[in-house]
Amino acid sequence: MFHVSRLTFHFLKGIDMDKQKQRKPKLAVWKFSSCDGCQLSLLDCEDELLTVAGAVEIAYFPEATRTVIKGPYDLSLVEGSITTPHDLERIKQVREQSKFLMTIGACATAGGIQALRNFKDVRDFISVVYATPGYISTLEKSTPVSEHVQVDYELHGCPINKRQLLEVISALLNGRKPNTPSHSVCVECKQRGIPCVMVSKGVPCLGPVTHAGCAALCPSYNRGCFGCYGPKETANTVSLADWWTLSLAVPESGVMRAFRGINAYAPSFMEWDRSKESEKSEQH
Amino acid sequence: MSSTEAPIKPASRTINVGYLARVEGEGGLHVKIKGGQVTDVRLEIFEPPRFFEALLRGRSFTEAPDITARICGICPVAYQMSSIHAMENAYGVAVGGQLRALRRLLYCGEWMESHALHVYMLHAPDFLGYPDAIKMAADYPDIVGQGLRLKKIGNEIMTRVGGREIHPINVKVGGFYRAPDVSELMKLEEDLVWARQASLNTVRWAATLDFPKLERDYEFVALRHESEYAINEGRLVSNKGFDIPISEYEQHFHEIHVPHSNALQSTMHGHSYFVGPMARYNINYDKLPEMVREAAREAGLGPTCNNPFKSIIIRSLELLYASDEALRIIRAYKVPEQSAIEVGMGGGSGNYEVPIDTNETVRDGTEYALRTAGDIARTGFGCTEAPRGILYHRYDLDDEGLIADAKIVPPTSQNQMAMEEDLRAFVTERIDMPTEQLTWQCEQAVRNYDPCISCATHFLRFDVTRDGE
Repeated sequence: MFHVSRLTFHFLKGIDMDKQKQRKPKLAVWKFSSCDGCQLSLLDCEDELLTVAGAVEIAYFPEATRTVIKGPYDLSLVEGSITTPHDLERIKQVREQSKFLMTIGACATAGGIQALRNFKDVRDFISVVYATPGYISTLEKSTPVSEHVQVDYELHGCPINKRQLLEVISALLNGRKPNTPSHSVCVECKQRGIPCVMVSKGVPCLGPVTHAGCAALCPSYNRGCFGCYGPKETANTVSLADWWTLSLAVPESGVMRAFRGINAYAPSFMEWDRSKESEKSEQH
Repeated sequence: MSSTEAPIKPASRTINVGYLARVEGEGGLHVKIKGGQVTDVRLEIFEPPRFFEALLRGRSFTEAPDITARICGICPVAYQMSSIHAMENAYGVAVGGQLRALRRLLYCGEWMESHALHVYMLHAPDFLGYPDAIKMAADYPDIVGQGLRLKKIGNEIMTRVGGREIHPINVKVGGFYRAPDVSELMKLEEDLVWARQASLNTVRWAATLDFPKLERDYEFVALRHESEYAINEGRLVSNKGFDIPISEYEQHFHEIHVPHSNALQSTMHGHSYFVGPMARYNINYDKLPEMVREAAREAGLGPTCNNPFKSIIIRSLELLYASDEALRIIRAYKVPEQSAIEVGMGGGSGNYEVPIDTNETVRDGTEYALRTAGDIARTGFGCTEAPRGILYHRYDLDDEGLIADAKIVPPTSQNQMAMEEDLRAFVTERIDMPTEQLTWQCEQAVRNYDPCISCATHFLRFDVTRDGE
């Protein structure tokens, strides 16, 4: 497992290192196993798209253009998780060609919803979908990019927040640190003055353990957070699970399904499972 | 891209596009010409499979909208809608009134966003000879600007009704988590009045493009509703007399393995069919408002259209329809008494309750129809009109409301055979065209369908590539 560097260094230095040469930084957008939604976020910046396209050279972005300009690339945005032998090689090539590599979204950052296969035998999964399983070439697990190569920055979310994407690109271009808070969704509820859905309505919510970035979207719709931004740093998932089962009477099967969602393979979302398993083995 | 170079004997050559640009997902295109004949046509799919039907097993029926939305970031609403309709069908519940209208509004937003993206950013550059919309914007700033604003308004509808434009969070089985206020929706009015006019301009502009000739005798399949241009509900109807309820879908549509391709293709009674805007237009022309039909006539279209290159005009007509329909819905909108009706839930709230099976009457008065054969307590069918065509879902649920089996057939799987047949017919007529031009036009012929390979993939088969082989 490689560590995500999050180097302030990159931001302070900026990626536009060739200003004297009048060369725009080269942007590449790569897709692995995913739904295309996070790269669509860039095209969804309708008001800013042409400005961004003016500040960088879009060198590789097949969803948007036929143009292919050779690497190396100054900034690579990587969407999707690694699920095939071919993609395992491809992500290494992307890393080699990229000065700054940023993963965008839950698939690239935590393995995505397709990482639910990691908890089962993938051969069973294949036979459910395909009549002739032998034709399918796939890895046993769906894994985040950081498990295979060095990642310089991770942007959370399913999908990512397009404002945050613009913020990070802008920070890189201008040699400053991006303002993307790493606290929990709970803090966002407090900032917006949304009453806690767990306390006031008894609705199970993953907000206390989930990374900020959505501006507490689900609680603002009377709904508990379902963790699409993945775990925040130092999330106490076991304690939250206890609260769900003891105070909100959520059955353990419900707790398990909640953690086994869009960010199922994120280490701290797997912690509750592990604590259950160790409880069981202690009893034996 | 590894196209063969231009000065080659046209009698024998290969058109090869390693990675198709301006489509959603990862696919390639391969056409082989030998002795002046097209000998092989393949739409190659290398998008990795994600096994959605398998990972849905054991999940609660309430989770299907959020899980299946992740099949596609371009049309998540389509997945949410087909899944909630299927679940409501399983529990014998019908959602009407303003909740139904809100769903239609949300879907109009997705049609607008997806169609504006395709018309302006994915398809138009082909007609005007640009690699992408950004390069096109240098010469056509007003056109691209208009497209971006139309797209933004579609996204704005999805955000106001669904919470966000990609993977909306407000949709649930039975309705919504929170119904929007009248004032929240009325803020869209001015934009939608603009969008309606801009869509009309789009139709007029699209009609001025040059269309390569390609007309085939297609069997179009779309939903048809008795009183409206079908989006969420209807019977499955074709232009050749086919007419079934959606619950009979699997009796008529099957997947076959074609020898020249490693992809499974969906067929209708063994042959190809065509879904999407062209199919909807051909089948439901009479359900379009007169204003839209007049715009079609002005653009030179009759009640039928068989040239897929002209799908850009038809998407523009649907943009016009969707903006007009969205405007009608928000102007008639009243906040519903409850944001959702209860469907098969044993009280409590949130996604994480195990639903308790009861035989009680649900709030809208519909009785549960309980079936207790084996593990499957009930089956539900959903089929709605995604921007790219019919999206079929079927779920078998156990008596706790957990998914025992799921089947999902996205539009791109259904169009794949028609796409390959188009390429064959198209290239056959242009055997002598310079390779570079033919390659580009073949790409354009695929983009006519606005293929979404990310969607199609959990359904498609791949080459065997194992380590050491």
